Amino acid sequence: MTVFRRMKIALGAALALGLAGTVAQADEQFFPLQSYRVGPYAAGGTGFFGGFIDYLNLINIRDGGVNGVKLTWDEGETQYEVERGVEVYERLKNRPGVAAWNPLSVGIAYAMIDRITKDKVPLITINHGRTDSTDGRVFPYVFPLLLNPYSETSGIVNYIASREGGPDKLKGKKIIVLYHGSPYGKETIPIYKLLADKYGFELEQIEVPHPGNEQQSQWLSIRRAKADYVVLRGWGVMNPVALKTAQKVGFPADHIIGNVWSNSEEDVIPAGDAAKGYVAITTQASGAEYPVLQEVIKTVYGAGKGNLDDKKRIGSVYHNLGIVNGILNVEAIRIAQEKFGKRTLTGDEVRWGFEHLQLDPARVEALGAKGLFHSINVTWDNHEGDGRVTFQQWDGAKWKVVSDWIAPDWAALRPIIEKSAAAYAQEHGIKIRTSGDDPVGQ
Amino acid sequence: MTTIISSKRSFFFPEIVATCLIAVVAIGAVPLVGSDYLMDAVLTPFLALALAAVGLNLLTGYAGQVSLGSAAFLAVGAYAAYNFSLRLPALPLLLDLVLAGTIAAAVGIMFGLPSLRLRGFYLAVSTLAAQFFVQWALTKFGWFSNDNPSGVIDAPVLRIGSVTFTSAAGRYLFSLGVVTVATLLTLRLLRSQTGRNFIAVRDHEVAAKVIGVPVLRTKLLAFGLSSFLIGVAGVLWAFAYLRTVEPAGFNLDRSFQILFIIIIGGLASLRGAFVGAAFIVVFPLLLSRVGAALLGSLFDSGVLEMSQRIVIGTLIITFLIAEPRGLIALWDRGWARLRAASGKAIET
Repeated sequence: MTVFRRMKIALGAALALGLAGTVAQADEQFFPLQSYRVGPYAAGGTGFFGGFIDYLNLINIRDGGVNGVKLTWDEGETQYEVERGVEVYERLKNRPGVAAWNPLSVGIAYAMIDRITKDKVPLITINHGRTDSTDGRVFPYVFPLLLNPYSETSGIVNYIASREGGPDKLKGKKIIVLYHGSPYGKETIPIYKLLADKYGFELEQIEVPHPGNEQQSQWLSIRRAKADYVVLRGWGVMNPVALKTAQKVGFPADHIIGNVWSNSEEDVIPAGDAAKGYVAITTQASGAEYPVLQEVIKTVYGAGKGNLDDKKRIGSVYHNLGIVNGILNVEAIRIAQEKFGKRTLTGDEVRWGFEHLQLDPARVEALGAKGLFHSINVTWDNHEGDGRVTFQQWDGAKWKVVSDWIAPDWAALRPIIEKSAAAYAQEHGIKIRTSGDDPVGQ
Repeated sequence: MTTIISSKRSFFFPEIVATCLIAVVAIGAVPLVGSDYLMDAVLTPFLALALAAVGLNLLTGYAGQVSLGSAAFLAVGAYAAYNFSLRLPALPLLLDLVLAGTIAAAVGIMFGLPSLRLRGFYLAVSTLAAQFFVQWALTKFGWFSNDNPSGVIDAPVLRIGSVTFTSAAGRYLFSLGVVTVATLLTLRLLRSQTGRNFIAVRDHEVAAKVIGVPVLRTKLLAFGLSSFLIGVAGVLWAFAYLRTVEPAGFNLDRSFQILFIIIIGGLASLRGAFVGAAFIVVFPLLLSRVGAALLGSLFDSGVLEMSQRIVIGTLIITFLIAEPRGLIALWDRGWARLRAASGKAIET
């Protein structure tokens, strides 16, 4: 008897779990958010998802949605763990009107590529992700918007070249890459080698085992090697520790160049004085002086709907990345609506929108984001969209932009990306698209 | 006298009914009425972790050797199966599965060697070596991940003969099949001389040696068999559930998770492994759904997550105080009481 009842309860619970996610609503576009507000990477998660939600709120409050289509979202906590991300994916994927997925985690994104391709919904990995997914011919639904890891590498090398007075001055210089001992950290090893051969600089790549709170020996070898520059390819606690240890061994902070995940306030403030002068790459400037940020402060935080608990973080690097991510998602929907109608779009229609996401500097200015980010030009076969990068220097209190918008060397990177994508296509039996109108799917 | 017999009969009857019911629900009802979410995100990881817990229970619960290297063997299994399917595509998947388990067993025996000299906490610490070494080797040598630049690999499609398991129900049934067979074989093993040797070694090593149990062989066998099962569980975790493999997913936390499953579920009990896995996998999800439904509008997901941890922590402490032998002992006591009550009801 009890067994029966238990089974009944279990079945009932199972049915309830299944049904809970399927309530139909009209003219809403849904963003499932695999956020992480807990755990070692919470600083990045709260800032990024806070900015993203703040921008969605701005569109809802100020414009009443995108052409009347309201934006909705729901969060699932992942703690940056792959299996939790997958669980949230399975939980939220059947909600009506899913626009796009934005996990902000390399591991979760990798686990989702097959799933979103089958479900025909775009996967956005802004500033990170799988480099070869830039090739939209093979990965129709994956978008490493603005900056993939290879472009980041090229941007950093170009910046060092500009500081030395030109690419030909790189010859004979010694550059050391200090990378996080994880898949993310290792992604750029081959590309640094390639650029070292091309420009003739000496290269050494040193691993810092996760989590990276002890780096004495690595920095001693950097000093022994008499490096001209150190590229810091860190994540989380590794970054402030690197800056502090560099100070201890007497390596100048302004010759350490941080990558795009070593560029936030949360990376430099814990290092205190040691971070003064440190330079890092970014795709979006920090600061709250941009019109779109001012509107977020006025409209969203004014209405008490702001997502950040600590208002001082408005305009920080991660928050602004979330805002830019919001702009790109919303504009993709707007562009797709022009073609398909001002209604709730399917994931595949939103994919079309991302593949036509072309925001020139004038459009970026009209969106109130001039200076926040440069421009983007996504096409059906280039899913990165030629994002420009800039460099910022920490003055002890805030980031100051110290370079123009620099273009990575896309032409040199494209053949490597295409080769890797072709290998993936072969391994998975994917038909390579030959034009933007080709039907997509495996 | 008669009462004993009748009570014995009434003991066996519901057990069989319960087993059959579970089988019917698991094989028939769940794939028919269950949602994809239930099968893909709840039951498949539950099955994989339950099998890993069965494996660890064999080693820790039955043979008395504490190990903190379970996640390493999961990783060995997953990567071995990936490499077999990549480099020897002619092999059928089930053979890959067995070979992956065998590789995991070999690695397990290697890291089980210290158990010949070390015991208890010291052994636990030495198994940490497996944990760190395997993760290091998998990240260090690109060969294991087919030189994928970021070290993350895609799992191949599950296929037996011409049948592919690409739907949520398919992957679930595949996992269910593998876990059922592996558990039944383990059950059979535990009821053999080898199983009794395990328990003898656990309870009193010297006494076991005196009565002629080959202690060294038994210990290594326990490490090997346990790692085999955990390796197979790793294949399920990577191929059926995540469908991707990255070394960071097999960290020390995962080893602790599996250890907690068997402690909470009940040491030296196969059912305990399943109950413990259910508690660790399913309960947090239920709690988060309930929490989000009740309080989601008031708090953000971070606060909810933190409060869940408090609730689960409190529950674990309460359970272990109420019944140190785990949830399964709690269940058995409740069951016995129920039986006594129903027996009385029949008599009167």
